[in-house]
Amino acid sequence: MENCSLDTRKADGEKDILILAVESSCDETAASVVKNGRTVLSNIISSQIELHKLYGGVVPEIASRKHMEKINQVIEEALSGAGVELSDLDAIGVTYGPGLVGALLVGVAEAKAIAYGAGLPLVGVHHIEGHVSANYIENPDLEPPFLCLIVSGGHTHLVIVKDYGEFEILGRTRDDAAGEAFDKVARAIGLGYPGGPKIDRLSREGNADAIVFPHGKISGSPYDFSFSGLKSAVLNYLNSARMKGENVDAADLAASFQKAVVDVLVEHTMLAAGDYHMDKIAIAGGVAANGSLREAMKKACRDRGYRFYYPSPVFCTDNAAMIGTAAYYEFIRGVRHGWDLNAVPDLKLGQR
Amino acid sequence: MKILGLDSSGMVASVALVEDDTLLGEYTVNYKKNHSQTLLPMLDEIVKMTELDLASIDGIAVAAGPGSFTGLRIGSATAKGLGLALKKPLIPVPTVEALAYNLYDTQGLICPIMDARRNQVYTGIYRFREHCLVTVKDQMAVSIEELLRLLNELGESVTFLGDGVPVFRERILELGSFPCSFAPAHVNRQRGAAVAALGLEYFRAGKTESAAEHSPDYLRVSQAERERAERERRAAAADPSGKGERSL
Repeated sequence: MENCSLDTRKADGEKDILILAVESSCDETAASVVKNGRTVLSNIISSQIELHKLYGGVVPEIASRKHMEKINQVIEEALSGAGVELSDLDAIGVTYGPGLVGALLVGVAEAKAIAYGAGLPLVGVHHIEGHVSANYIENPDLEPPFLCLIVSGGHTHLVIVKDYGEFEILGRTRDDAAGEAFDKVARAIGLGYPGGPKIDRLSREGNADAIVFPHGKISGSPYDFSFSGLKSAVLNYLNSARMKGENVDAADLAASFQKAVVDVLVEHTMLAAGDYHMDKIAIAGGVAANGSLREAMKKACRDRGYRFYYPSPVFCTDNAAMIGTAAYYEFIRGVRHGWDLNAVPDLKLGQR
Repeated sequence: MKILGLDSSGMVASVALVEDDTLLGEYTVNYKKNHSQTLLPMLDEIVKMTELDLASIDGIAVAAGPGSFTGLRIGSATAKGLGLALKKPLIPVPTVEALAYNLYDTQGLICPIMDARRNQVYTGIYRFREHCLVTVKDQMAVSIEELLRLLNELGESVTFLGDGVPVFRERILELGSFPCSFAPAHVNRQRGAAVAALGLEYFRAGKTESAAEHSPDYLRVSQAERERAERERRAAAADPSGKGERSL
């Protein structure tokens, strides 16, 4: 039993930092063990998506109940998968917002009790900071500052990551999140939930130039986004075709809609990169897994000589590894939360 | 034998530590529903004040439902996290039964009522026989009228308690044809001590479960599930051939 801790010391004498992270902000119950903020030792995700498909979207009460049923198993699997015990850890990280309050509360209460019971420090993590941090996992060379486009079912933000945990928000959506627009259009075409992957797949068979949809712009706020006009244009197009008894080519419609979204996301990102002289561009969030967005962003960055960073799809959608990464940078900055940490469903980016 | 008791099923948040026949500490607040912020700090206070080594507890008893869905989850997730970290079993104690246990050896029937909204109460009917709590009617979600009909049929004296009392007291006096009384302040709401003491009985009887398998017993499905079942029932009624795509 002597000097076990020496085994985990790095060559330079610095001890490894091991963090267990828990994420339950929406419909994924997830836990992960992350070493030194960048090495993922385990990444367990229990998705409820099949269940919520029955309702055409995430039902908060059902999501909360399912988190309760799965959370200990997911955490235990993350620990055993990483080959660690709670006593090997340095801290527990947990998403405390934004998200569904009931769902968040399960992870927060659980993580607090584990930290308390195991005598470990607790680090609350902002879910969107987690998404941004997903880029650190597979890109060891990526360090702030960089420009990051965050696009998911609930969020659309264009931010400068000035330092770890430090953000300047340049733009945000004025209405629907990008992922929300995907879900609504997918429902209108009859593709079901979740819309993003389904539209992405169908678009590959369609002509993206078949229908010209409006590109949402906010006058005076060149980095902000608006997707509700685009969504309405798609719905109007469908209605008018139905009234005229015309057939709609769903693949063309999906591809044209997706192009309108992707064009705006890429245009605004490139505009901000030029204005703020950023040459490192990253994307994050569930919609960052969209094939068309990744291709378009890659090309735009290549044309301008920017470095482009993007997480693997498994780190784009909700996961706890990204929370572990974000928790690590908070932890080394000295951030600790008390046993009164609460879930904050509308936690703002950069809010502490 | 040391049992920790947690109850955050209603407005009350309560943490208690019971060792055999002794209550070592209890922290009960019936103020605001911010249990996510208060429950663990309350436990921390008990641990400090009683100089408790958490590893020395034998089990974690938790009010396991019914109650506020969110409140139940805060209590259960706290218990599950503690159980995972301390490698201790959980003891799910039915909320209504723990409420009844407050009134040890009371004569006649004991009827806890919790306001369950939607014109219902979470309730159950209990009595003590030879110093043991006996379930006359297991915990359930029913209308106050249905409960009073049951109690009228039983025709015995009843002691009421719980946060449903202030809401339904007049109704009880109006519709009840049995002698009744209402429990006083110190024993008329959820108490961690009752959860822990009854939890100790459960523990001795081997009624425990692992922290991983524990989930609250809500007594109700979610609104979305209820509405979906309703839609399917209507669809089935509209299509009596049973050849519709959806079936029950």
